[in-house]
Amino acid sequence: MTKIGVVIFPGSNCEYDALSAMTALGAEADFIWHSTHTIEGYDGIILPGGFAHGDYLRPGALARFSPVMGAIADFANRGGAVLGICNGFQVLTEAGLLPGALQKNRGLTFLCQPTTLIVASTKSVLTRGATKGQELSIPINHFSGAYTCDDETYQRLIANDQVVLRYKDNPNGSRDDIAGVSNVEGNVVGLMPHPERAMSTLLGSDDGRVLLESFLRAPVSAA
Amino acid sequence: MNFPVTVTVTLRKGIADPEGATIERALPALGFGGVTQVRAGKSFHMMIDAANEADALANATALAQRLLSNPVIEDATVRLGASEWDTP
Repeated sequence: MTKIGVVIFPGSNCEYDALSAMTALGAEADFIWHSTHTIEGYDGIILPGGFAHGDYLRPGALARFSPVMGAIADFANRGGAVLGICNGFQVLTEAGLLPGALQKNRGLTFLCQPTTLIVASTKSVLTRGATKGQELSIPINHFSGAYTCDDETYQRLIANDQVVLRYKDNPNGSRDDIAGVSNVEGNVVGLMPHPERAMSTLLGSDDGRVLLESFLRAPVSAA
Repeated sequence: MNFPVTVTVTLRKGIADPEGATIERALPALGFGGVTQVRAGKSFHMMIDAANEADALANATALAQRLLSNPVIEDATVRLGASEWDTP
């Protein structure tokens, strides 16, 4: 059975949602406290949403120095599947595991609403089960979600097919409507929307399933 | 010796600054004319124990680049002295 570790930083608040989404899809999942130095036996790691270390300084700036991040970088560099959702995405960019940065939303508004995403690449562990161009209804819930990068980085993102998801109607001022990106290899993915909150039509949408199922069936070599 | 050091972090040129832009737009309504541009940022005031000024600056520069700023979107400037503080 696939085993997923969900990292908890002080201030994370979507860890239970992520954990229950994983178990709902048939995976085994448990929590990893941020001060852990080693992670073993996992097929994938999720950095959940929230406000790690209170988002002081910048979202993700302090979380990047949590002891577990060294182990996660090693895991990612060995090809392990790593998914950063919302604050987890911010942590991954601060840690240098994903390119670019997340800035305050255009208009300085905290946004909590459903969004329509368009699958831009199926190369990543999060989107390989989806179809390019597929539209997904998945909510966002963030203040600093405007994806930003310099021109050189942007050219590389396009050239390497690293833009994973785009907003259909850009809610936050993200460059080129970017909602999620991957590393060059596609095994590390970050996105601002919350697929773990789109697991049931009773709660608005189950479009998160196709993404999280992809994440679970990603071939992994790291553990 | 203790040296006062101030680190100022601002968004890099060309990076959108919604906070600065919002303040800029609000100023005329508040009766402040003549302001043609606003860029928002942060400043950090530290006391650094070091052998000399150069060491204090080097220490502050390293931490400004590694922690206080995100080089992807921000610039950090480091200077000796902190107008808000007197050296204890």
